[in-house]
Amino acid sequence: MASAATQAEPRVVLSARGLGRDFAGFTAVNNVDLDVEHARIHALIGPNGAGKTTVFNLLTKFLQPTRGRITLLGQDITATAPDKVARLGLVRSFQISAVFPHLTVRENVKVALQRPAGLATQFWLPLSSLDRLNARADDLIEQLGLAPYRDHRAADLSYGRKRVLEIATTLALDPEVLLLDEPMAGMGQEDVRMVAEIIRDVARSRAVLMVEHNLNVVADICDHVTVLQRGEIIARGDYATVSADPRVRTAYMGSEA
Amino acid sequence: MAGRSDPIPTETVAAHPQAGRIQLALVVLALVALLIVPHVLYPIFLMKLLCFALFASAFNLLLGYTGLLSFGHAAFFGGAAYFTAHAVKEWGWPPEAGVALGVAGAALLGLVMGAIAIRRQGIYFAMITLALAQMFFFFCLQARFTHGEDGIQSVPRGHLFGVIDLSQTMNMYYFVLAVFLIGLLVIWRFVNSPFGMILKSIRENEQRAISLGYSVARYKLGAFVMSAALAGLAGGVKALVFQFATLTDVAWQMSGEVILMTLLGGIGTLFGPIVGAGLVVSLQNYLATSDFPVTIITGVVFMICVLLFRRGLVGEFFATKIGRKLGFRAQS
Ligand SMILES: Nc1ncnc2c1ncn2[C@@H]1O[C@H](COP(=O)(O)OP(=O)(O)OP(=O)(O)O)[C@@H](O)[C@H]1O
Ligand SMILES: [Mg+2]
Repeated sequence: MASAATQAEPRVVLSARGLGRDFAGFTAVNNVDLDVEHARIHALIGPNGAGKTTVFNLLTKFLQPTRGRITLLGQDITATAPDKVARLGLVRSFQISAVFPHLTVRENVKVALQRPAGLATQFWLPLSSLDRLNARADDLIEQLGLAPYRDHRAADLSYGRKRVLEIATTLALDPEVLLLDEPMAGMGQEDVRMVAEIIRDVARSRAVLMVEHNLNVVADICDHVTVLQRGEIIARGDYATVSADPRVRTAYMGSEA
Repeated sequence: MAGRSDPIPTETVAAHPQAGRIQLALVVLALVALLIVPHVLYPIFLMKLLCFALFASAFNLLLGYTGLLSFGHAAFFGGAAYFTAHAVKEWGWPPEAGVALGVAGAALLGLVMGAIAIRRQGIYFAMITLALAQMFFFFCLQARFTHGEDGIQSVPRGHLFGVIDLSQTMNMYYFVLAVFLIGLLVIWRFVNSPFGMILKSIRENEQRAISLGYSVARYKLGAFVMSAALAGLAGGVKALVFQFATLTDVAWQMSGEVILMTLLGGIGTLFGPIVGAGLVVSLQNYLATSDFPVTIITGVVFMICVLLFRRGLVGEFFATKIGRKLGFRAQS
């Protein structure tokens, strides 16, 4: 079932053509074509080791593709550095939760806010000059239900809350395209529901590409599904189409629903 | 090696409600002691100590707060000593201008060396900084203005701002003390600034910092140049204190010594490198008048300390109950 915010004209913001990556002779990703649209949630699914995270690494340029081209908002980013890609509006989260462990929840979010606010290079100003980011940071923290932990160090949070914090930090950049690598892994039912709701909400005004193993969530909130197996796309379409595909059923047999 | 120290102890000891005041009192006490101490101990020894304490603190800015282990900091320390000595002696510059030139020269050297080394990780970074510093050493050995093995001798201390006669030992001491304190303030501000926050986040999780759009290499380079400049400040002032600049200060052993001081005292704390420098300089001074082989003894002391106190002396103290009660905390 598609989300409510899918009425607008589809507009491709991120696309890959013939994307591929080899590791010392082993082809981890091959011939991947992908179109991610504004205001849509696109799921990338597939069994373990299919190459989903590698595709994320290629799209965000953390890995250099061996083959293919990537376009972000009409600009070719095939040879762009990863930090530049982030500044262009494509921001990712990591499969293994990536927070700044010894910073507090609020500081984690503020680090993301510093650069867009032009408050990242001043080595002569006191830390209190960052106080004007507090309101925006606290908004995000509140929105993601982290308010009670605002002053806790990230390292002390539960696994699920670290993931939520990572999403908050990512949202702080207000990116045009959001790449989430298993954002709900390790979360309880409650949190999964909350995060699904948040993702649906933020996707009203931006594109989301997510890797997700929880197929209920995929069925629930994703507009498009692309299925990857051994580095290649074996099916694409909406959830109903994809889940009826015999190749997908074979690929998932024994492991998932 | 010591890129990352142990995680902070899990059992949290709440800081004493008066911790801030106690810390302030300790700082004031230390300041008073620094003002009085030249009347008790040899001022030359104290000035040497302050120069090395500043040098180690500058080094710690890189190792402790940026996570980069440079093995070439002698180039900045010794290079600045040459620049300052040359400007003051040959060109007749006033001492403050000579020191400023030393700082600028060290910063420039840092920019060049940093730009080459900064994208390397871990041991490769250390090796490249060492190689570049060795190149600079051979340049100093060959260059005309450094006077080879002799070094630049009998450098005049001159008059600070044209009025304060630095050939008076006490005047010189208070000048060195002022420079030292200014250097520490710069470091403190640098670490506790918006820039310092980004540095910290890079140290904690570099991949994440990149994914938030930070060009990590530039921030590291910024820290490298600042560290080089402050090492140069220490080196320039040292040239004035001892009134000479020689190859000893640009040699690789000097790079090793500053690592030793910093690790001994404790990386990632403001006071660790100061304590470490104090210890090493005192030990060297003491052993110099005895028959003991200096390098072997310092080496053994270093080994023992590193094995017993992994966080360094100050780091270990901060981790004790008393340290935590006083609200001290090392950088992770
Ligand atoms: N840097 C690398 N060097 C060598 N091989 C790699 C590298 N990164 C990934 N691979 C290989 O590429 C394949 C795809 O891995 P990837 O992590 O992209 O899978 P995934 O679909 O994200 O799996 P999971 O569901 O377990 O997260 C795996 O066989 C993996 O071993
Ligand atoms: Mg993965």
